[in-house]
Amino acid sequence: MKSTSMETMKKLMRMVGRYSLWLVLSLVLAAVTVVLTLYVPILFGDAIDAIAGQGRVDPAVVSAMLVRVLICVAISSLCTWVMNLVNNHLTYRVVYDIRAKAIRHIQVIPMKYIDAHSTGDITGRIIADTDQLSDGLLLGLTQLFSGVLTIIVTLVFMFMRSWQITLLVIALTPVSFIAAKVIASRSFEMFRKQAAARGAQTALIDEMITNQKLVQAFGYGKRASLRFRKVNEEVKEYSQKAIFISSLTNPCTRAVNSMIYAAVALVGSFLILGGMLSVGGLSVMLSYANQYMKPFNDISSVVTEFQNALACAARVFELIEAEPEVPEKDGVIESREGSVQLKDVSFRYVPERPLIENFNLDVKPGQHIAIVGPTGCGKTTFINLLMRFYEIDSGTIHVNGHEIRDVTRHSLREQYGMVLQETWLQSGTVRENLAFGRPDATDEEIIDACRKAHSWEFIRRLPQKLDTPISEDSFSAGQKQLLCITRVMLALPPVLILDEATSSIDTLTEIKIQKAFDELMKGRTSFIVAHRLSTIRSADVILVMKEGRIIEQGSHEELMDKGGFYAELYNSQFVSSAAA
Amino acid sequence: MKKLLIYLREYRKESIIAPLFKLLEVVFDLTVPLIVADMIDSGIVNGDAGVLYSRFILLIGMAVCGLACSFTAQYFASKASVGFAANVRQALFDHVQNLSWSSLDTIGANTLITRLTSDVNQMQNGLNLALRLLLRSPFIVFGAMFMAFTIDVQCALIFLGAIPVLSVAVFGIMLISIPLYKKVQNALDKVLGKTRDSLTGVRVIRAFRKEQDEVAAFDEASEALTFINEKVGRISALLNPLTYALINIATVMLIREAGWRVTLGAIEQGDVVALYNYMAQIIVELIKLASLIITIDKSLACAARVQSVLDEQPSIVYPETTKHAEPSDEAVRFDHVSFTYAGASEPAVSDISFAVKKGQTVGIIGATGSGKSTIANMTGRYYDATEGKISVNGLAIEDYTREDLTALIGMVPQKAVLFAGSVRDNMKIANESATDEEIWQALETAQAKDVVEGKDGKLDFMIEQGGRNLSGGQRQRLTIARALVHKPEILILDDSASALDFATDARLRTAIRCDLAGITTFIISQRISSIRYADTILVLFDGMIAGEGTHEELLESCEVYRQIYESQYPDHRRSSSLQEVQA
Repeated sequence: MKSTSMETMKKLMRMVGRYSLWLVLSLVLAAVTVVLTLYVPILFGDAIDAIAGQGRVDPAVVSAMLVRVLICVAISSLCTWVMNLVNNHLTYRVVYDIRAKAIRHIQVIPMKYIDAHSTGDITGRIIADTDQLSDGLLLGLTQLFSGVLTIIVTLVFMFMRSWQITLLVIALTPVSFIAAKVIASRSFEMFRKQAAARGAQTALIDEMITNQKLVQAFGYGKRASLRFRKVNEEVKEYSQKAIFISSLTNPCTRAVNSMIYAAVALVGSFLILGGMLSVGGLSVMLSYANQYMKPFNDISSVVTEFQNALACAARVFELIEAEPEVPEKDGVIESREGSVQLKDVSFRYVPERPLIENFNLDVKPGQHIAIVGPTGCGKTTFINLLMRFYEIDSGTIHVNGHEIRDVTRHSLREQYGMVLQETWLQSGTVRENLAFGRPDATDEEIIDACRKAHSWEFIRRLPQKLDTPISEDSFSAGQKQLLCITRVMLALPPVLILDEATSSIDTLTEIKIQKAFDELMKGRTSFIVAHRLSTIRSADVILVMKEGRIIEQGSHEELMDKGGFYAELYNSQFVSSAAA
Repeated sequence: MKKLLIYLREYRKESIIAPLFKLLEVVFDLTVPLIVADMIDSGIVNGDAGVLYSRFILLIGMAVCGLACSFTAQYFASKASVGFAANVRQALFDHVQNLSWSSLDTIGANTLITRLTSDVNQMQNGLNLALRLLLRSPFIVFGAMFMAFTIDVQCALIFLGAIPVLSVAVFGIMLISIPLYKKVQNALDKVLGKTRDSLTGVRVIRAFRKEQDEVAAFDEASEALTFINEKVGRISALLNPLTYALINIATVMLIREAGWRVTLGAIEQGDVVALYNYMAQIIVELIKLASLIITIDKSLACAARVQSVLDEQPSIVYPETTKHAEPSDEAVRFDHVSFTYAGASEPAVSDISFAVKKGQTVGIIGATGSGKSTIANMTGRYYDATEGKISVNGLAIEDYTREDLTALIGMVPQKAVLFAGSVRDNMKIANESATDEEIWQALETAQAKDVVEGKDGKLDFMIEQGGRNLSGGQRQRLTIARALVHKPEILILDDSASALDFATDARLRTAIRCDLAGITTFIISQRISSIRYADTILVLFDGMIAGEGTHEELLESCEVYRQIYESQYPDHRRSSSLQEVQA
């Protein structure tokens, strides 16, 4: 644990690298500020000593001390200001650098990594964790440094004035800590209960608000309100307790502080009477005693932050140090004929579970390959391999005569046009999304592609047509899919990969798309993943997949004659629908 | 905003006590420097140990009293703020139950959830802090000044000058930086959006070889964020050094002035120490006050957002009582009905007219966005027609109370959602008093009896949130059963058999026909097989009725219907169209 923390810290320091001078500068400035800030009360104390009473005022000393105060304050303010600027620059630049590194790394990280981590997880690392890292580790470092320095310098200054009072203050310090600790452990329990109650409430809110229409359609509103009232009361009860108890920390430490203050005043007064302290000296001690606890509180919160930040840093580094994809060779596919050969291809996601074993397929230019099977049969695996999103374990895949590992990934993927199961649109306008694969396309070309893909029907109705900005829920699933289809329609690549492209589009629209696809697919090699059997009957080769494996392969007639899984699948759907 | 205060009314007592006790605590805090001054001036100067001890005990006593006041204040503040938040949350939740679907569409579920959770919590924080500190800080600042005046007017004038200057510095910096923080948040949202984009779209980005563009777009957003961050940082970096310098300049002036006053014999050394202490207290409180004001400002913004939801009036008004209607054999009638969704430029459905007799089964078929669900939703008056008239059982839909209309209609929405809870709880959603027997009956009709019988605990089987521990088909059958439990007169199945296999789908339709004789059923579907035996079928195209009639009639007369049919029954294509496809 300790060693991994050190490891993380070292990595961070490497990231800070070219900013290390800034970090050193920040620490130096912090030190100057701390010392000067603590020195100012002493000067004031000396000035007050020079105002002992009527007839015992020494204006020369007072003026001299006050001039020194002004000089110290000027330097210290300037240092604080520059330090703040330096810290800003340092933290924001390091965050910028880490994010820049992370986003670049995401482009070359294997798909396997991205598939294995949720989007929220990776986004969290790049955004929240990185912020936490810079705040906690870098600022934490300076805060920790000034905190410790403040305590040491305070104690030194106090000792210089009065060792008796210093010892008194040191002896009373633990009381404050104990008070804070007792409260913290009590409130922790309440916060836990509050979190649980809030969790239940949020779940109910989520359910009832997300499905509010359903709630209303069933006249369930009144009862939903009653249920809400119950959890709301529970949240209220725990929140009140949690907030009350936790809010006691400050008054308690303040009270302890006040008592220390009183003790300092008493002991100080006797010391003055004994001639061991001046009134100015007492005022210095009092002002130190007043702010003596602050750095302790700061340090304890910084340490918590620090541990938190270390965990975040570890997560960030885990991402930006994840093994990148296998390096690519620099070959380029020149031809655009569209032939694909798979020879003895084997692939497994996990070593223990064989998926594709010694698979062979020879696709001639212009042929149509249909991939069928029940949901979850692993149809996307096939696409992952063709597009080289995943690396095959053994065998070879040739596209237009080139082994795919001999060419750049870009050159390979340029051959494909793909409409994926899960639609993805970028934030931006409709036009930007459609012209994704061909940024130079003219409006005429875009509109023409929209017409062919039947997306023009709804795009032309949008308030700003092609310039309409796309947001998360501005389109229905069917419309999103149509936009994705249009995107490919515009780019016209030699090989098409259509992954259940029309699954969320209703039959009527699908007929239109099918016609458009027929045109698009003419002369183009196409891999079609679909579960509507009518659309794949005309395919040249049908690959039947089950549980991740390709179990049958052939034309519709061949497979029907064979009477295997495909025939069964086909008959069940067709026969039952005819009987209905 | 003011309207929200009614939710605090219940805690009026607490909201007064909390700041009062806080003020009392301040009074104790403010007397401390005076007592110390007294220790110096009468205790030390006269060498009176008795005075020193008594003052020490007084200081300790003040600390204890301060603590007691503080406890009291915190207790009432937490009670008032949490209670207020709970009241607002409940009111908001209840209000949402009465919002119309149009409002729900416009506001959006995510927004409502944010209002109910983080916004209300933020308000709670703001109120809690305001009750505790909003009075405290100004009171200390002005109290310190007041105390200074009681010591020495000449010296106190420096306080009078210093406080406005310090306030201008603190609040000026805050006021300039607050709007900038909003910009920071926007810039951060852009970076966040960009990151999410490049992850969710990773396959598309790689397939279209757009990696470099993604990096460039991200860098741009990230650069913008860094720029604005540094800009805001430069301004707020001034706060500490500037206030520190100002307060110390004021202190220097104070000590100089105090020196003169002591020379003149107007004040004593202990008073100087007291004045010095008061000055130190001011700056701490001013900075606290400024950050408190930021928090309160945020809370007020949240409050305004919550208020705007509460201000959203239910756009559908129901009468107090359902009007009496002449008996009619018509279940549903649409008369030249058009409807445009809020914010849409074109109507979703236009000029829809049809009539359905009681007990009939109506099929509605058409493309995505052709208006099928809109018609279903208007039948339940979830949306009011922009034009035209809708009547149910011969009575205009506007003449029903909400309860009576809800009772008439059994809705099975497209998305099969079940709530977390037992099967029984879910079945009772539309009808709280349903008996187990009635539930089993509904389950049987919905072909869901075997689903529930196969589960541990049967009706007590716990469904997880969203129904994730059930398959899509099982969920759909349970949602159908749920709509049947309250024995509606009109059943609307909005594409709700899509996850059922053909055989179950057929059995379901037969069961509805046999078990629920007399019920009027709307079946919205994209499958011909689901609607072909309906008494009448409406074919929708682009928000209008493209055909109406039985399956056989439509095959003859309706081109749209024929196309759908042929796509689903390829072997039934007439030879001409088959050749067309092959050609």
